[in-house]
Amino acid sequence: MLDLRLYMAQRISALIMIPLTLGHIAMMIYAVQGGLSAGEILARTQGSLAWMLFYGSFVAAVSVHAAIGLRVILFESFKIKETILNALSWTVFLGLLYMGARAVYAVTAL
Amino acid sequence: MSNIRDMPNGQTMEVRVWRSDGEGGRFEGFDVPQRESQTILDVVSWIQQNADSTLSYRFACRVGMCGSCAMMVNGQPRWTCRTHVKKVLKNNRLTVEPLRNLPVIKDLVADMDPFFDKWVKAEGVFHPSKTRADAIEAISSEHPMRVEADRAIECINCAVCYAACDVVEANPDYLGPAALNRAWTLMNDERDAGHDVRLDAVSQKGGCHNCHSQQSCVRFCPNELNPTASIAGLKRETAKSFFRRRD
Repeated sequence: MLDLRLYMAQRISALIMIPLTLGHIAMMIYAVQGGLSAGEILARTQGSLAWMLFYGSFVAAVSVHAAIGLRVILFESFKIKETILNALSWTVFLGLLYMGARAVYAVTAL
Repeated sequence: MSNIRDMPNGQTMEVRVWRSDGEGGRFEGFDVPQRESQTILDVVSWIQQNADSTLSYRFACRVGMCGSCAMMVNGQPRWTCRTHVKKVLKNNRLTVEPLRNLPVIKDLVADMDPFFDKWVKAEGVFHPSKTRADAIEAISSEHPMRVEADRAIECINCAVCYAACDVVEANPDYLGPAALNRAWTLMNDERDAGHDVRLDAVSQKGGCHNCHSQQSCVRFCPNELNPTASIAGLKRETAKSFFRRRD
């Protein structure tokens, strides 16, 4: 149930996620090592356009990647009709994007 | 068959064979004498010739050339003419069924139409780039493209890979390892002029991008080909074309 367009979207989103995931892990280790409190972390991220772009692009890539991956699993497991499958894929994409965008907004907005 | 000897102790094995008229079906048991150097095709032929002449099955060359005799043996797809009983016999029992992932016509005979239809859908056909008036093009056997094509060229169309593939089972539109492997050999044929058409064909919804690289096709291919590598080649070429064609 993957055509070239969806395949490329999933691969490109994976490529975007790789450096962002490594950056996220590195940042967590740094924060823990330095003993930063939640308040101190938020003081650094709130109002930062760079962090908003960092986690915003991560959320967008995750939403695309996970929606396509789940689409394949749902189709191969349950042989769902294409129209329903498209609706479910879009729902997963938009749901993840909404939840992720809310989290990014909470952490980076002033 | 007269020069084939039964085992000295007259030992037999229990063989369960799938019987079907295409609608439903059931297993039927037979006691078959064990013989030296006996293949699964020998077993099925013995049943048809000595126990039940109505048993339908398919074979032609008997020497692993034609790809006609593939069946499921103890749940795994195999070319039956080159599969020795002693390699697959478990607890003195054998189970023989028609190939998985294909409709059954009767008993052990699978309908190969969907399998070959997908070769056509995958553009597994040669697109000539010259006319008969042109000189024959010299192709070096050492050219990298020819070497790549040679790695995949010895497919005998037995559909063992197609029966082994879990993606075919989960997604009936998936073109399958054999058709995509064939498409890859043509992508590496310098004389072929159908590369763009073929890349479009293998990029459809049931195309090469659905392969999960589980490699059951590699494990079961009787000619030890690597369709997964061929499919990976198609994925690379289609990915390149995705950007190239947007220039």
